[in-house]
Amino acid sequence: MTAQPSTTKLSKSSGRTSRLPALLLLLPALGYLILTTQVPFIMTIYYSLFRYSLVDPFRRPFIGLENYLTLFTDPQSVPVLVNTLVLVLSVIAITVVFGAALALLFNRKFFGRNLARTLLIGPFFVMPVVTALIWKNSLLNPVFGLFGVVSRAFGVTAIDWLAQFPMLSIIMMVTWEWTPFAMLILLTSLQSLPIDQLEAARLDGVNNVQEFWYIILPHWTRAFEVVVLLEAIFILQIYGEIYIATSGGPGTATTNLPFFIFQKAFGEYSIGMASAAGVIAVILANIVTALFLRLVNRNVNVKEVK
Amino acid sequence: MMTAARRSSPQKPPSHPWRMFQNVSLGLLAWLIALAFFFPILWMIFSAFKTEDQAFATPPIIFFQPIFDNFVKAFAKYGHALLNSLLVAFGSTILSFVLGLPAAFSMVFYPTKRSRGTLLWFVSTKMMPPVGVIVPLYLIFKDLHLLDTVWGLTLMYTTMNMPLVIWMMHSYISEIPSEILEAAKVDGASLMQEFFNIAMPLATPGIASTALLCLIFAWNEAFFALNLTNVDAAPLSVYISAFKTSEGLFWAGLSAAATLVILPVMAFGWSAQRQLIQGLTMGAVK
Amino acid sequence: MKSKTWIIGAGLATSAVVAAIATAAIAQGPVTVTIATVNNSDMKTMESLTSVFEAANPDIKLKWNVLPENELRQKVTTDIATGAGSYDVATIGTYEVPIWAKNGWLNSVDDLFTKNASIKSSYDLNDILTPVRLGLSYNKTLYALPFYAESSMTFYNKAAFAANKLTMPVKPTWNQIAGFAAKLHKPQNGFYGICLRGLPGWGENMAVFTTMVNTFGGRWFDPQWNATVDSPAWKAALTFYVNLQKKYGAPGSTGNGFTENLTYMSQNKCGMWIDATVAAGFLKDPKQSKIVDTVGFANAPTGPGTPKGSNWLWSWSLAIPKSSKVADAAFKFITWATSKEYIALVAKTNGTWASVPPGTRKSTYANPEYQKAAGDFAGITLDSINRADPTNATKDPVPYVGVQFVGIPEFQALGTQVGQYIAGALAGQYSVSQALKLGQAAATKVAKEGGYKK
Repeated sequence: MTAQPSTTKLSKSSGRTSRLPALLLLLPALGYLILTTQVPFIMTIYYSLFRYSLVDPFRRPFIGLENYLTLFTDPQSVPVLVNTLVLVLSVIAITVVFGAALALLFNRKFFGRNLARTLLIGPFFVMPVVTALIWKNSLLNPVFGLFGVVSRAFGVTAIDWLAQFPMLSIIMMVTWEWTPFAMLILLTSLQSLPIDQLEAARLDGVNNVQEFWYIILPHWTRAFEVVVLLEAIFILQIYGEIYIATSGGPGTATTNLPFFIFQKAFGEYSIGMASAAGVIAVILANIVTALFLRLVNRNVNVKEVK
Repeated sequence: MMTAARRSSPQKPPSHPWRMFQNVSLGLLAWLIALAFFFPILWMIFSAFKTEDQAFATPPIIFFQPIFDNFVKAFAKYGHALLNSLLVAFGSTILSFVLGLPAAFSMVFYPTKRSRGTLLWFVSTKMMPPVGVIVPLYLIFKDLHLLDTVWGLTLMYTTMNMPLVIWMMHSYISEIPSEILEAAKVDGASLMQEFFNIAMPLATPGIASTALLCLIFAWNEAFFALNLTNVDAAPLSVYISAFKTSEGLFWAGLSAAATLVILPVMAFGWSAQRQLIQGLTMGAVK
Repeated sequence: MKSKTWIIGAGLATSAVVAAIATAAIAQGPVTVTIATVNNSDMKTMESLTSVFEAANPDIKLKWNVLPENELRQKVTTDIATGAGSYDVATIGTYEVPIWAKNGWLNSVDDLFTKNASIKSSYDLNDILTPVRLGLSYNKTLYALPFYAESSMTFYNKAAFAANKLTMPVKPTWNQIAGFAAKLHKPQNGFYGICLRGLPGWGENMAVFTTMVNTFGGRWFDPQWNATVDSPAWKAALTFYVNLQKKYGAPGSTGNGFTENLTYMSQNKCGMWIDATVAAGFLKDPKQSKIVDTVGFANAPTGPGTPKGSNWLWSWSLAIPKSSKVADAAFKFITWATSKEYIALVAKTNGTWASVPPGTRKSTYANPEYQKAAGDFAGITLDSINRADPTNATKDPVPYVGVQFVGIPEFQALGTQVGQYIAGALAGQYSVSQALKLGQAAATKVAKEGGYKK
């Protein structure tokens, strides 16, 4: 749906006749992805109809939709869905706001700007497994972690982050990883803002707030779209950080859908159940992304009205 | 929106001392945030030069005699994994572009009624949780003899990154002003000319940043790597996991290994970042 | 024309012969044995001794895949369950061996011994500790050889005990432990009374907690496979565990597994710790421990119910999957890596007997050099292993085998799920009775769906 403005914009202006060469450009990518994603996906749907335990090769009965039924009636499923959404929504909201503020900040000229920016985007390059280990052991740990050390230095009892605020801890970790990404995309977008446009506005005496609201924000639309979509995709699939930091707990406090699937598949070897949850995850991810895009799209349409 | 902005015309009085103060304090703020973000990484690199004992000392030790034992140990199996990571990351990124770029180009320049749906479908393939399909994938890989091969992992990462390439490049190519395309069409440019002479040069900054993302994602991917490779094709994400042991947290050793793992991609990212932003500003000035 | 064809034909024939010779040469070359193992220090030592094995067996080359426990388990299980055959030797535990043997995934070690009589005589199977051997058998057939074995025991900080004028008995009770913890607990100084696993997982908090349930007089199932997680014994055990951890435990308890607690203990932050016997060696290692001279050892605590099942039994063992194409070469390797000679080799290489793979052979414990090097914990370790009986670990009879686990494929899931509820009770998310109610429901479901309850 984000494609809509651009594609319609072009199709209106161009009356192409020959579609064959264009199709030939599209087909290899299409074929490759169909082969590598749809075949396993269809197998996943197939497995989701069986009681398929990896460690029990003798009993694998066909059970129809029972796996789905179990998932829908399991009271555990509700917190899992809520956790998934809370994680995705809050991380996206925080990183977009932080990223935008940082992009504005780093678009100014100041001493050593390049070096500072270089340091800032560092966390994005860190492997998720390493991120989780750093946070768990050297930051959040109430005894050895720096947060605890600092709070004790101020005479405050160290917070046991992963037990008391497990979801917040995960959100902090993921935000740390993804804020630089949002910032980088928004900053590059900001730097591609036509300078004459800005100068004209400044000559007209536009104040900072107006400049931000009427020029920068609309210009950022596509960048927002990229940030939101990519973050949605990646954060909907996060499980490594959770696996290392909390194992989804305590209780089910940080179990999101991917970690739930991981638990079913490798904690329980229940491939049938994991497959069913995987199918649901795909559907859910599509819905969430479609909603996001619709939100962003509204702005795109506003832009097109100009 | 420009008309809306134009209405407010009174000039702001220039207040230099205030401006100066504002600039300095905002610059300081930016530095502070940057340092805060980088600090955990720096701390980890610090730990890599400590003994295991020092790495867990409370209060933390800031001044210490750096040792290199952790790096010496970490180097033992590093080379092979580094080579695999480079092959897989660059291989899959190139393959993603070879397949994805023409597709994105085609959907922008030759849109049909189905383009939108196709684009969304491409993106939606990215949403399958890897863990949900690992067993079918494992079976397929086994039958095709792709288990523990650099090729197999490259193919998987291509699948993982290609939707990203298509989506981002579609976005970038769509930004190309339609006047340029119209002009080219009037000049009677062929499909290939449009692709190589117009779309590609204009999309270069987009290609650079997207490629960088692909490289990072391929470099850091651990799940497929862990499950689809054993020894021969194991990349750095598998190498690092071997430092995570259930028999004690060897934080200094792990930090050294993690530093070695992050270093190449970070160095690459940092150098590419400069080019990327240069390319973008140049594109904007033109 | 004709001669040309002839020449080409001759050329082809020659190359075919050359190729055939080449293939034959390759076939006669060394076979590769791929080993999947855990990255624990004992296994890393084994990997470092590759050259010794290869020198003695020039026809065999070893290839290692070394991973953390959980990653290894998920990988090896997937590989063997799908018959991919990537591994010739898999490192698996006491829990997996009987289940995998039942699935027909493992080569019988007894059969391989029969086939290789020469190895059998030198190997001395009777030297292996009986409980360990039984734990690796299914239907009276041995399916894996133990690399090292462990039980659980109590570690304590002698300096802290002395400072508080406390004495640790050789066989403490949980009540005594709680009393000590209260006196030792000084959180304002960063010193905590007790470290216990809280990290959810069937092999993490549930290993310790199930031994507590056993000794408090509880069990997972009654002989008719009725779940008994909501019984008074469970309630007593969980209430005790939660109180102990909340009042005198180290912070971050729901994130603390073996690794984290080892760090606390070795960094002089903990008064006591009840965990795997292998930790003794690490706490005695000056390279990673600050309490080498002050660490004390005692048996695992017992509860009010029964002394049975208060300490667990686990062994990391080497098994040969059915999917291996080089079972005989793999067998040569596993009999080498679990032999007396190997243990002596490790002692020689490391320069000390203290760090040899423990818990597998009577001869190790009879060795005066080992007794000297590992004096203060060797006796307790051997006693604990000998005492741990997977077939008789509870006060009341049960239909399953296992001390700290229930030997059914579903337990990995059940244990982890209940482990989450226990961690939830510890974090204050659930009350004790809520957690047990949820656990009871999960256990009931497993008994029904697994077809155990008739």
